[in-house]
Amino acid sequence: MADTGHTNRPLSPHLTIYRNDVGMMMSIVHRFTGMGMAVTGIMLVWWFLAAAIGPGYFDFVDGLMTSWLGLAVLILSLWAFWYHFFNGVRHLRWDMVKGLGIGESNRSGIYVLVLSALFTVMSIWLAQ
Amino acid sequence: MSFKTDYKAVAGLGSAKDGTHHFISQRLTAIALIFLAPAFVYTFSQALGGGHAGMLATYAHPFHALVAIGFFIVGFRHLRLGLQVVIEDYIHTERTRLICLILNALTWRGVAIAGAFAVAKIALGA
Repeated sequence: MADTGHTNRPLSPHLTIYRNDVGMMMSIVHRFTGMGMAVTGIMLVWWFLAAAIGPGYFDFVDGLMTSWLGLAVLILSLWAFWYHFFNGVRHLRWDMVKGLGIGESNRSGIYVLVLSALFTVMSIWLAQ
Repeated sequence: MSFKTDYKAVAGLGSAKDGTHHFISQRLTAIALIFLAPAFVYTFSQALGGGHAGMLATYAHPFHALVAIGFFIVGFRHLRLGLQVVIEDYIHTERTRLICLILNALTWRGVAIAGAFAVAKIALGA
């Protein structure tokens, strides 16, 4: 591990010189949704543990999960999941050296956005 | 300003020699999650809102229990590998980075075990 803390060398401009495009935005959101689902993961395991502990404690945790704030977090997580899911498949295709052209990679990015919105709505509809 | 690089300190030491395993694990878990994650989301969406009895009834079913346990084990492994990269990318202070990496490595294994245990207890009759 190189010690990157003490060096005082000039840094090439990176974030500030690129035009915002689909590829950059999709990549940032992929990382962001992944980090966000860490919170969802903790929530889910808490809910399962509460159920294993007993009905009293479960009602408390379940009440939090199904409160308007809990449901808002869950619905946001659902979209984060489907986004990360479809963009992950996009990444696996790239790993197989498919769809790497600029045009097709921009197009597949748009597909991911459309599919993630569609599947979020479908999942909420199926949950009822 | 000194233009001296870190090269001298690391010359000849080579790589960490375990990057390939990380890369392959991240993708292998991703492939498993293509099946496990939607299956979990579906069963969870059916169990949510059913109260304690409904939740127990859902995960007493072996298929639902297996999906949940598989999702926790594989999903939290995938999450741990992903967050490790995020920590390595953005935390540059040696000490803080090491603490974060250790916490990351331990926390998600613990959370996965807790989740799997909870499902097992429910499935085998809590």
